[in-house]
Amino acid sequence: MAEIDIRAARKSYGKNPTLHGIDLNFQSGEFVVILGPSGCGKSTLLRMIAGLEDITSGEIAIDGRVVNRLEPRERGCAMVFQNYALYPHMTVAGNMGYALKVAGVPKPERERRIAETAKIVGLSDYLERKPAALSGGQRQRVAMARAIIREPKVFLFDEPLSNLDAKLRVTMRAEIRKLHQRLSATSVFVTHDQVEAMTLADKLVVMNKGHVEQVGHPLDVYHRPASTFVASFIGAPAMNLFESRVEVETASAYLGGAPVRLPSSLAASLRGKDVTIGIRPEHTIVATKGPGVAAEVDFIEELGAGRVVHMLVEGEPFAATIGEDLNVAPGDRVSLDLPLEHLHVFNRETGRRIDPSDLPADAPAQHCAPLLTTP
Amino acid sequence: MIQRTPYADAFTYFVMILGFILLIGPFLVIIAGATQTLQQINSVPFRFMPQGQFLENASAAWARADLARAIGNSFVMAGLITVGKVVLSAMTAFAIVYFRSPLRHFFFWAVFITLMLPLEVRVVPTYNVAADMFEPFRLLIAFVTGIEVSVEWNLLNSYAGLTLPLIATATGTFLYRQFFMTLPDELAEAARMDGSGPVRFFFEMLLPLSRTNMLALTTIMFVYGWNQYLWPLLMVTDPTYKTTMMSLSALVPSENATPDWNVTLAGTLIIMTPPLLVVALLQRWFVRGLVATEK
Ligand SMILES: Nc1ncnc2c1ncn2[C@@H]1O[C@H](COP(=O)(O)OP(=O)(O)OP(=O)(O)O)[C@@H](O)[C@H]1O
Ligand SMILES: [Mg+2]
Repeated sequence: MAEIDIRAARKSYGKNPTLHGIDLNFQSGEFVVILGPSGCGKSTLLRMIAGLEDITSGEIAIDGRVVNRLEPRERGCAMVFQNYALYPHMTVAGNMGYALKVAGVPKPERERRIAETAKIVGLSDYLERKPAALSGGQRQRVAMARAIIREPKVFLFDEPLSNLDAKLRVTMRAEIRKLHQRLSATSVFVTHDQVEAMTLADKLVVMNKGHVEQVGHPLDVYHRPASTFVASFIGAPAMNLFESRVEVETASAYLGGAPVRLPSSLAASLRGKDVTIGIRPEHTIVATKGPGVAAEVDFIEELGAGRVVHMLVEGEPFAATIGEDLNVAPGDRVSLDLPLEHLHVFNRETGRRIDPSDLPADAPAQHCAPLLTTP
Repeated sequence: MIQRTPYADAFTYFVMILGFILLIGPFLVIIAGATQTLQQINSVPFRFMPQGQFLENASAAWARADLARAIGNSFVMAGLITVGKVVLSAMTAFAIVYFRSPLRHFFFWAVFITLMLPLEVRVVPTYNVAADMFEPFRLLIAFVTGIEVSVEWNLLNSYAGLTLPLIATATGTFLYRQFFMTLPDELAEAARMDGSGPVRFFFEMLLPLSRTNMLALTTIMFVYGWNQYLWPLLMVTDPTYKTTMMSLSALVPSENATPDWNVTLAGTLIIMTPPLLVVALLQRWFVRGLVATEK
């Protein structure tokens, strides 16, 4: 159990800045998932917490103690590596017990704890094997056991599941979650798989190019993405984004020549502004005819449960999920309805989300009333 | 691609057998000669059939060249060189691969360059230092302070003199370095997370993992140490420190004496047996350590 405080942490390799000032706070016992595309600095941040990488500037504190200058072993963190990094010449038991041996734990107690931990991860029958004689999933368990046995304050996971096949990944995901409930140590889990992130996290941190884009509960991040990057990164298929200017007369944005009505609270203050508007495929309503945004079906993806229809609106791709009942084929012309309660509006220059609550309070009524009356 | 045709096959075998004869021929001569009597070995043509005289010849050679002492000395020398090289090169490679010091590349290249400076090239200065260990310091002190200090210490006629100057090895360092570089970084990081310091990591991870390397190196270096000739010749004047390679010359019959080459060959056979045994015993690891890296 430990709280982790990261204050203005920066990292540069030589002259190349990799992390540009990270401020994060992880509560004690929280399961934090750091999500981001490849190369955004997730591993670097994790390794800075672990002590495997120097902190160029800023501070990291674990349990209120600044650890910048502490050796990894003094920080009380255990880490699970992507390629497991098991000691190839030691048996499973040897791998699990190594940290205890280094710490000088007497042999009888060591053996007791090895047996206990092996039972937790289901490795009791494999204690005498070498890692080379284990399957990928079993190696993964050994790596987990090696971390658990130390009873650390903090667990660090660097994409621990990415070398497993899809089915095993789901199982291990559930096991990690269960394990966390049982041990309730603060856990930081790095991944670029959004399903892992959504299912595991108490707190989701989305990173991009060395910045933190958004921190929050996974559902919050999903429903209220803070930027166009988060909006398009989280959710599959990705959120549709289009650029538009909010028209003064109708308080609507335009897509494919058709007006898209915005929530009145937003529209009023955004008149004449350039925005990016987003809507998730599952919220887009497709109809074969009727008013709405005109689109042409490009191709259809069958997912088993439901279908994704990929369309073109003025040459730009646009996706929607549809049920079994709607019959469309490539080349068909369809019409899209974009319900205003599901629209996400972003500032086009900064890419940040615009919410009614962010807007200046005086914005609505006075300005729009006269405008509306002009013919 | 390599084509397999009867002609190509026949040619390959021909080359292979020719090479084999070239390699094994001298051995056959030694084995046959060492077992013949004085008359048999001096008869023309030379007969390649081994006879029954080996034990007599061997004991004559043993006594003539004082082989007991020489073999003892050679074992000490080859053994010390082997152990020294295996240990020192493991530690050097460890430092070069795992420590991020700004001088790392400098040291790496310094070691690398010594590949081009085998003992034969630097034999005069090396002898100078071994014959007068404090010479460099004395010169330095004299240069800085102008004071002549007279301290004398040399390594002549000692096991230290026979082995120390030969122990630094670039080959061994490279072998270890290549092996250490194939180990994933995460191994060192996992050990660090588990609380292991560098010394522990070296002894509990790197050494057990590089066992095949170590055995391969042992084989090469033992043969190297055993076969040293020039250096012992320079360092040793006292017959108590004679090595086998030096006693070989004592076995050769002198111009006017009886041409008992059978005794010479028997002595030769004795002298080359230990390295042969070492290679035969360790060859399995020798090949594995040089060719493949165990995962
Ligand atoms: N030792 C290093 N020297 C120089 N640059 C590095 C080093 N390690 C990482 N980087 C750079 O830092 C950036 C972040 O790397 P990092 O490993 O943290 O990415 P990541 O988010 O974990 O990506 P992935 O999902 O692919 O693992 C990358 O652009 C990488 O090129
Ligand atoms: Mg990574």
